[in-house]
This record gives sequence, structure tokens and C-alpha cells, in this order.
Amino acid sequence: MILSPKISLKAFVALLFLLVGYSFISFSQPQPIATNTTTEQHVEGEKKKIDVKEIIFGHIRDSHEWHLFSIGEFHATLPLLVILYNPAKGFSAFLSSKFEEGEVAYEGYRMINAKDVELDKNLVEGKIVAVDGSKVYDISMTKNVVSMIISLLLLWFLMTGIAKKYKKNGINKAPTGWQNAIEPVIGFVQDNVAKPYLGKHYLKYMPLLLTFFFFIWINNLMGLLPGGANLTGNIAVTLVLTLVFFVVMLFNSNKYYWGHIFNPPGIPLGIKFILVPIEILSNFLIKPAALAIRLFANIFAGHTIILSLMCMIFIFGAMNQVAGYSASIFSVAFSVFMFFLELLVAAIQAFIFTNLAAVFIGQAIEEHHHDDHAVDTHKSNS
Amino acid sequence: MDLLLPDFGLFFWMTLSFLIGFFLLKKFAWKPILQALSDRENSIAESIATAESMKIEMSNMKNENELLLNQAREERSMMLRDAKETKEKMINEAKEMAKEEANRIMIEAREQINHQKNAAIIDVKNQIGTLVIEVAEKVLRKELSNKAEQNNYINSLASEIKLN
Repeated sequence: MILSPKISLKAFVALLFLLVGYSFISFSQPQPIATNTTTEQHVEGEKKKIDVKEIIFGHIRDSHEWHLFSIGEFHATLPLLVILYNPAKGFSAFLSSKFEEGEVAYEGYRMINAKDVELDKNLVEGKIVAVDGSKVYDISMTKNVVSMIISLLLLWFLMTGIAKKYKKNGINKAPTGWQNAIEPVIGFVQDNVAKPYLGKHYLKYMPLLLTFFFFIWINNLMGLLPGGANLTGNIAVTLVLTLVFFVVMLFNSNKYYWGHIFNPPGIPLGIKFILVPIEILSNFLIKPAALAIRLFANIFAGHTIILSLMCMIFIFGAMNQVAGYSASIFSVAFSVFMFFLELLVAAIQAFIFTNLAAVFIGQAIEEHHHDDHAVDTHKSNS
Repeated sequence: MDLLLPDFGLFFWMTLSFLIGFFLLKKFAWKPILQALSDRENSIAESIATAESMKIEMSNMKNENELLLNQAREERSMMLRDAKETKEKMINEAKEMAKEEANRIMIEAREQINHQKNAAIIDVKNQIGTLVIEVAEKVLRKELSNKAEQNNYINSLASEIKLN
């Protein structure tokens, strides 16, 4: 609920850069001024048109291939497994390289490429559709899925290794290596997140909170690596995390929680008619949505800012070479700063998600005693 | 806009993998790690508690020792005082006794002196008596020969006898 000033500042900066970015994108679109510049470029030296939107969203968006780097016309990409389900045809699985960048149809499916998008703006580049237009369920191993599986494997080897170390060394030996690095983090989650909000039941929720924290953190960090997937900046991922939290919260909620929503104690009947819908909205929509959107938007914005800063070099470079070089100084300085900020944000967002999940679960399992003595007991407790 | 809509494939894999990952991590990683951490927490708390109780015990023992030492010191000073008192008492008693003894001896000596003096006086008296009788005898014998001479003799005798 409470966003730190740093994060809201970041959101503002992101907005600014998005606006700047969009203004450049609009330049590159077929508008009177834009066409002038692009034609000039073509005349000057056969330079490629810089499509900022394509560059930024190409990096942020999920993809059926893992693009590593490009040198000129050579694109180093890793084809990924495409898995499709069609009620009529059943499952089909093949590598995404079969589509040849959307040029070729394969097994009756084809991938939408940039040319299709130019013809029909409603289409999304990289989506797989059936040639005959029938419904397709795309459950491919996309870049994000592969990245997520790698992150889970990393977590698995890291954490089970640590668990083994505890078993091997016993509890009286000082922790070493990864064990030493992770232990304070676990202690932090336990002492600063779980214990204050969940009270005496905290141990029951510790595995979930730790999984949330480390999953988000490791994926935030992996997203910052060059060529990394923007997993936590994807709404589907944050939505799943939130749904898991939501299910856990509802399954563990007690009667006081439900009583508080549908029959708030100590409130006149007239106000209840206003308050109950607000409570329902707040508990079943706003709380989970806030969790999901906060994480998604923060990571998404961070990636966008860094990519925008990088794109500025090429935008200025396309205008004038000197401008490009001088812009690169500022762009690189700013992106280094943003990278450090994002490293911080990676941990902060993991913490905030975990913390808020703990707070909301804590509210759902809290043992209220709203009787006539409620005021007295509250006073004596405080 | 498509970035704001969750993708079905990713949603599906994310749900599946996250849940599997969560349950596996829970069973094989978090449970043992949390167990070990709480075990260690307990063992450290126990160690601290033991150390604390040892400290209290030590301080108790120290107090006890001090108490004993103080008691011993007091006892010693009491014994010294007692000894001093006894010494003084004994000296006084001895002095008293000596005085009494001396007095007794003096009295006895005086008595003895008196006694001896009396005896000597009695002896002198007796000797005087005997001398008187001897003189009388001699006088009587002279009287028998010459009255005049007898008288002279008696007179001479009488002048001879000098009661020191």
C-alpha cells in the first residue's frame, strides 16, 4: 500500500522515458516529419530505421526463441520448443526455428511476424496462429517459461544444497559459503516479515513466503542479465503468484475475517451498506490486484527505462554521429545508475511482495474478539 | 496492450512449475533449513541461559565464600578479644592472689615475731627469776657468815646485777 518515495520517483521517471520513447516512436511512424527523417537516413548512408518500440517491446515481451545477440544481419537466437494444442488436431510439438521468423507455415500453424503487424495493427508479433484460423492453445516453452524453469532449478540446487549442509555439519558449526549468504536472508524473512504479521502461526507460512521471496528475487536478478527474460515483469507470472497467495489466504482465513467483511462489528446499519461492498472489493480484488500489478509494473518499468536509455544512443546516432557518441556518455551513465537501482529494486520488490502477502494473510488469520470488551482488551494489549 | 493481458501458455506453465517448485522446495529445502535454524536458535538460547545460571551460581558461591570469610574473621577477632580478656583476668587474679599471699606471709611473720618476742621476754623473765634465786641463795649464804658483810655483799651484788 505504501510505496516508498524512491519507487514512486522511479515510476515517474519511467513515465517520462516512456513519453520520450513514444515521441520517438511516433517519429518513426509514417507521419510527415518522420518520413522525412527516414528518407534522409536512407539517402545518407543506407542506415536501418530504428524502431524503438520494436527494440524495447521485443526485449520485454515473451518470445518463442531466445535472442542472445545480433551482429549486423546475424541474429544469434536459440530456438525453443513450441507446444500447441488444437481441439481438432491434438497436440503438436516442434522447434520454433521451423517457422523461420514467421516466413513459413508448419503443421498448419504460423507465427505472426513484423510484416503481418504492419498490415493489421491488431495482430501481435510472435503469436502463433492456425493457418485455417481455428482456435489454438499455445503452451510453448517460451523464453519466459525456460527462464522460469532455470530459475527454479537454480533455487532447487541452491536450497537443497544448503539443507544438506545443515544436515551434514549439524547446527553447531558456523555456516559457510551459500549457506552463510542465504541464512541471513531467511532469518530476515522470518524475523521481519513472518513473525510480526503472522504471530504464533508464522512457521506454517514460512515455506510459502520464502518461495515467493526467493523466486521473485532470483527472477528479478536474472531479468537484469543481458539476454535475460523479463519474467517478473510479465503480468501472467505475477498473476499466478498472487493467485497462489489468494488461495492460501482464503483457505486459512477464519470467521473473524469473514465477519469483518460481511458484517463489520460496531458499525451502524446504514454505513454497512456502503462498507460491505468496499470491504468485498478491497479483499477480493484490490489487495490481490495491487500485489500483482505492483511487481509487474515495477519490473516492467525498470526494464523499459534501461532499454529506453540504451535506445537513445541509437536514436541520436541515427540523427547525427556526434550526437550519438555524446548521448552515449549520458545514456551509459544513466543506465549504470539504473542497473544499480534495479539491483536494489529486485530485492525490494521481492521483499514488498512477500511482506504484503504476509500482512494480508495475517489479517485473514488474526484472532479478533469483537465483543463489548473489545476496546478494553485492545487497550490492555497495546 | 497485449503486455497487460496474461498469456495462457505462460500462465499454465507458471502455475504448474511454481506449485511443483513450491512443494518440492518446501519438503526438501525450507523444512530442513527452518528446522536447523530453529534448532540452532534454541541451542544458543539454552547456552546463554546455562551461562547465565552459571554466572548466578558463581556469584552466589562468591557471596557464600565472602560470608564464610567474614564469619571466620569475626570469630578470630572474638577469640582474640576473649584471649585478651582471659589474659587480663588471669593476671589480675594472680596479682590478687600474690597480694593475699604476701599479706598472709606478713601477718604470719608478724605473728611469729610477736611470738618469738614473747618467748624471748618469757625466757628473760625466767632467767631473771633464776638469777634472782641464785642471788638470793648467795645472799642467804653470806648472811649466814657476816651480817655486815652480807649486807655489803648484797649491795655489791645488787649493783652488779644490771638489768641491761
